Amino acid sequence: MFESLTDKLGSALRNLRGVGKLSDENMREALKEVRTALLAADVHFKVARDFVERVQAQCVGQEVVKSVTPGQQVVKIINDELVRLLGEGSTALSTARPLKILMVGLHGSGKTTSTAKLGKLLKKRGYRPLVAACDIYRPAAIDQLEILAKQEELDFYADRTSRDVPAIGTAALAAASAAGCDCIIFDTAGRLQIDADLIEEVKRLHAKVQPDEVLLVADGALGQEAVNVAKTFHDALALTGLVLTKLDGDARGGAALSMKAITGVPIKFIGTGEKTGDFDTFYPDRLASRILGMGDVVSLVEKAQENIDQKEAEKMAEKMRKADFNLEDFLAQMQQVKKMGSMQSIIGMMPGMSGMQLPEGADKEMARTEAIIKSMTLQERRKPDLLNGNRRQRIAKGAGVKIVDVNQLLKQFQQMQKMMKMMKGGGAKKMMRQMEAMKGKGGFPGM
Amino acid sequence: MFGLFKKFKDGFAKTVSAIAAKTGGLFGGRKIDASSLETLEEALYTADFGVETTAEILAEIKAAYKKDKELRGQDAAAIGAAVLKRVLAGAEGVLADLPKGGPRPPGAGGSETASGDRVPPLPVVIAMIGVNGSGKTTTSAKLAWRLKQDGKTVVLAACDTFRAAAVEQLKTWATRLELEIIASHTGADAAAVAFDAWQAAKARGRDYLIVDTAGRLHTKSHLMDELAKIRRVLQKNDPTAPQHRWLVVDGSLGSNSIEQARVFHESFGLTGLVVTKLDGTSRGGALVGIYRQLKIPIYFLGLGEQAEDLQPFSVDNYVKAVFGPGE
Ligand SMILES: Nc1nc2c(ncn2[C@@H]2O[C@H](COP(=O)(O)OP(=O)(O)OP(=O)(O)O)[C@@H](O)[C@H]2O)c(=O)[nH]1
Ligand SMILES: [Mg+2]
Repeated sequence: MFESLTDKLGSALRNLRGVGKLSDENMREALKEVRTALLAADVHFKVARDFVERVQAQCVGQEVVKSVTPGQQVVKIINDELVRLLGEGSTALSTARPLKILMVGLHGSGKTTSTAKLGKLLKKRGYRPLVAACDIYRPAAIDQLEILAKQEELDFYADRTSRDVPAIGTAALAAASAAGCDCIIFDTAGRLQIDADLIEEVKRLHAKVQPDEVLLVADGALGQEAVNVAKTFHDALALTGLVLTKLDGDARGGAALSMKAITGVPIKFIGTGEKTGDFDTFYPDRLASRILGMGDVVSLVEKAQENIDQKEAEKMAEKMRKADFNLEDFLAQMQQVKKMGSMQSIIGMMPGMSGMQLPEGADKEMARTEAIIKSMTLQERRKPDLLNGNRRQRIAKGAGVKIVDVNQLLKQFQQMQKMMKMMKGGGAKKMMRQMEAMKGKGGFPGM
Repeated sequence: MFGLFKKFKDGFAKTVSAIAAKTGGLFGGRKIDASSLETLEEALYTADFGVETTAEILAEIKAAYKKDKELRGQDAAAIGAAVLKRVLAGAEGVLADLPKGGPRPPGAGGSETASGDRVPPLPVVIAMIGVNGSGKTTTSAKLAWRLKQDGKTVVLAACDTFRAAAVEQLKTWATRLELEIIASHTGADAAAVAFDAWQAAKARGRDYLIVDTAGRLHTKSHLMDELAKIRRVLQKNDPTAPQHRWLVVDGSLGSNSIEQARVFHESFGLTGLVVTKLDGTSRGGALVGIYRQLKIPIYFLGLGEQAEDLQPFSVDNYVKAVFGPGE
C-alpha cells in the first residue's frame, strides 16, 4: 500500500541514469509496471493499454533529466497525462433556467443522497431547487428523498400512487413551476444498463422532461464493469456529467478514468461522505494521485505552502534529516501544523493514509502536548534528558495534567527521535512501518 | 432444485455470452496463438479476477502452450477452470453448518423441561454488514423469505437506524413478504434494537434472527466500533451470537472489495460473504480475490431485486458461468 508507483518505477528505471534518452527498449519494464498499477487500481484493461501507449509515445526520445531520477520524470509525465485526461471538459453546470437535472445510475450507487447533496449545493448558489422522486421501485426510496428534502428545506415532489415514471416527471415540472422553483432534480431508480425495459423507461422520462444535465452517479470503487455501464448509459441518454461517490473510502478510483475515457463526459462532482454537505466539485489532480497510489500530495503541498513559513520549514527539515530535533522544535512544528487545519484533514491527504481515521480527540491531545511542552523551561525543551522525576512533577502541575501524560509524551518523543535516526539511515519505509505500529497502539504522537 | 440451478444459469447467461463474445472461438476448437492469448488476458482482467489470479491462469496456459503448440481454446478454458476451482476450493458456505465458535450456552440447541415441555433452541443470528448500498437490506429480506420457504421461522431486525427511510425500507419488505420484523425509528440505538429483536425471536421460539445494519465504509473507525457494540449487546443474550457475520459485497466493484473485506474481517471476524448484483454483466471476479486472500466462504449470490433472486453459491456453477459450459 505504501509502495508508491514512484518506488516501483524507480527500480524499473534504475539503470537509466546516464543513458541519455528514454527509448522503447529501456522503458519496457517500467511501462509494464505502469500498466499493472493501473489495472490494480481498477482501470479498464483497454483504457489502461491505450493510456500506456500514449505515455510511451510521450516518453520516448526524451532526454533523461539530470536533476531528477528517471522514475520521477516518468511519473511526472504519467501524472500530467492523467490529470489532463481526467480534467478534460468543464465541471460547470448548464446555465439554463429552469435548470433540469436527471440523476441516473446502477443500484446503490448513491443517486438519492447525491440528489439531496446537489440540491443543497445549488440552493447555496442561489437556486430554488425541487427534488422529484422518480424511483417507484425500491421500497421506501420516496420516503428517503422526502426526509432528505425536508432536512435541507428543498421543495419536494412525489406521486406515491403512480406507476408511470415519465408522467411523474411531467407533473414534477408543473409542480416546480407552480412553486416558483428554478431548478428540478430528478432522482431515478437504480437500474442495470442491460435492463432493456428500465433503460427504455428512463429514456421516456428523458424525452418528457428534456433535462439540461444528465448525471451518471457511479460508485468510485466500481470495477472493470464501469466501462460498459458508462457506455450504455451514455448511448441511451447522452450524459453530460459524472458524479463519483463514496470517495471517502479508500478505493483507488480507476473506474473514473475508464468512464471518462470511454464517454469523454466530464467528471463534475464527487461525494465524500454520508452527510449532505459532503459533496465537492471535482479536481483532476487529486484523483490522479489517488489512482497512482500517491495520496493527495498536491493538496498537502498546497496547504503547506499556504500556511508554512518556507524558511522555517527548511530549517526544520534539515534538523529532522540530521535527527537533531528537540522539544522546542517539536513545539514550533506543532504550531505550524496547527495552522494547516485539523489533524484528521491533514492525515487524510497523506500518501497511503487517506483512509486512516485518527482516534477521537486527536486535536485535543495535541493541545495537551502543547501545554506540557510550554510548561518546560527552554533548557529542558532543548535537553529532555534533564527531565527527572521532580521536574516532571512540576511540569505536570504547570500544564494541569497527570504525570503519566508527561511520561507518555517523552516516550513518544523518544520514539520519534528514533524514527528520524532511521530516516537518516535512508529507511523511509522502515519509518512507515514504525508509524503503522504506533498507529496500532493508538499512540500517534502529536506531530 | 432444478429451478434454482436454472435461475443461476439465467443470471449468468449474459456473463457466459459476454466472455464468449470477447474470446470468440478461443474456447472452441481453434488453436491458441499469441493474439488469442492476449484476448484471453483481457477477458480475465475484465472479469475483475485481479492481477494475481489472472497471472496464475495465464502462466499455466502459457506453460501448457509451450509444451503443446497444438493447444486448443477448449483446453485453455479447461486449464482456466481448473485454476479457478483450485483457488475456490472450500469456498461454498453452507447455512446449516454453524461456523465454529465458543460453546453455546446450555439449552441453546433446545431442551425439555422436567414436565416434558419442549424449550425451543436459541435463535441463530445472521448479521448483514457492508459498505453503503451494497445490498444488505435487500439480501436480508431475500434470505428471510428463502428460509421461510424452507419451513424455518425468521425475525428481521431493522438495525439501520441511521440512513433516512432505511427502517421503512425493511418494513416494506416485511409487509410484502409477510415476515416478522422488530424495528424502532431512525435515530434509535441500533444495538438496542438488536437486543430487543433477539429477545423477541427467543420468546417466540424462532429459528433465525437476521440483523440488517447500516451501510458503512470500512475506513471509518467510529462506525466500525458501532458494529462491535451491536455484537457485544447480542452476546449478552448468547455469547456465540451473531453466529453468522456476513459481508454483503456489491459484485460490480473492483479490487477495493478485497480491502473492504479485509478491514471488516479484522474488526468483526467475518464468517461469510454474499455477493450481489450479479444479474448485470459483471462477473463478480472480486469474490475470487477475496476468497484467495481471506478464505471467507461465499454463501449466496444476489441475482436480482426480487425475493427469489438469492441463490446459494456453487463453485462449479460459477466456474462454468465464467469459462462457459465447454462443449
Ligand atoms: N440488480 C440487482 N439489484 C440489487 C441486488 N441486490 C440489491 N439490489 C438493489 O441495490 C440497491 C441497494 O440495495 P439495498 O439493499 O438498499 O442496499 P443496502 O446495502 O441496504 O444499502 P444502505 O443501507 O443504503 O447501505 C437497491 O436498489 C436494491 O434493489 C441484486 O442482486 N441485483
Ligand atoms: Mg440498507
